[in-house]
Amino acid sequence: MNLLSVHDLAVSRGGLRAVEGVSFTLAAGRALILRGPNGIGKTTLLRTIAGLQPAVGGRIDLAEDAVAYAAHADGLKGQLSVAENLRFWARVFGGGGTRDALEAMNLKALAERPAAALSAGQKRRLGLARLLVTGRPLWVLDEPTVSLDSASVERFGAVIRAHLATGGAALMASHTDLGLNEARELDLTPFRARPGSPRRPASFNEAFA
Amino acid sequence: MLALLRRDLVLAVRAGGGFGLAVAFFLIISALVPFGVGPGVAALRPIAAGILWLGALLSCLLSLDRIFALDHEDGSLDLLATAPVPLEGAVAVKALAHWITTGLPLVAASPLFGILLHLPGQAMPWLIISLLIGTPALSMLGAFGAAITMGLRRGGLLLSLLVLPLYIPTLIFGTEIVRRGADGGDPGTPILFLAGITLAVLALVPFAAAAALRINLR
Repeated sequence: MNLLSVHDLAVSRGGLRAVEGVSFTLAAGRALILRGPNGIGKTTLLRTIAGLQPAVGGRIDLAEDAVAYAAHADGLKGQLSVAENLRFWARVFGGGGTRDALEAMNLKALAERPAAALSAGQKRRLGLARLLVTGRPLWVLDEPTVSLDSASVERFGAVIRAHLATGGAALMASHTDLGLNEARELDLTPFRARPGSPRRPASFNEAFA
Repeated sequence: MLALLRRDLVLAVRAGGGFGLAVAFFLIISALVPFGVGPGVAALRPIAAGILWLGALLSCLLSLDRIFALDHEDGSLDLLATAPVPLEGAVAVKALAHWITTGLPLVAASPLFGILLHLPGQAMPWLIISLLIGTPALSMLGAFGAAITMGLRRGGLLLSLLVLPLYIPTLIFGTEIVRRGADGGDPGTPILFLAGITLAVLALVPFAAAAALRINLR
């Protein structure tokens, strides 16, 4: 069963087409890593799939409320403790398992500490632990390993593998190796939008896209 | 949604949340006016209703930009937009949290400040009623302005420029209620108008604010 299928997708950033003609499918239990140089539109593509911005062209097929999105900003409140932050997102998403999520990302000892007192890597781990409490099948991850040490990267790789094993899927943009040998890779470089030569007439709505 | 309301309230009360700032500002305005226009009953009584409402309105304005800016900065808003909570609901809840932490304390403190400004005793109930009906509209309209100016640095001034004209009807009918109450007149008509404005704002503005948020999140 495909959790996500993308057909001939074109996305734009700041009114300019970033990548176009991207097609892929992602089945349950699979992971796909997007590669490509800085600025090609990996983040834009992920935000589009997460539903944060509209696609310029093409089609995205995925179930409603399937995506858990994690980006550079972790959405943490410094005044709340680690456990409070996590519990909040668990309630918002109607998920649970806060304790297991803390355990999985090795945050148990820090549970009562205010999030403002965490290091960058610890914040990242908390941001990634949030994925576990959403209970959503499709993880859309934008550079998940930034500021993680190698032990944490390995740990997160194991978390992703466990998620895939339970029928989830992961779509991520990453420059580092997560140790996910089974993951497919998609290089976005060939899909770079050619400036000035849109493949179909630009619609009126594009001015507002 | 309840989780969001609870988080916003906890954040407002904890260090750096700015709870009570609006009341302090309201107090300063009410305390300074007698120095400016003279402490006499003859000078203060005619303008008390207007000053009180103006003070409440400006105090409310003070914390508006925080409604969405903080959540935008730390990425919470992106995550909320992908959450099962509809964005319209999130807007309404955040406006409600703003009202509870800003509007409600203003309502509670207003009789005290009314005394500072020689507001007649018979107008006090009407002051409380008018603020109770009117301030939710101030928070909701403010949430709309905050949604539009969310991504801008130093958006506070633009926010004030956008929101203050929208506050005018609330201000007119709010002060009219208190003035009629002070003169022993019948404040029924302005109360109905004020309630109508507030209800319309509460019903329509969440959709406008959510649309503005979606555009700003792109």
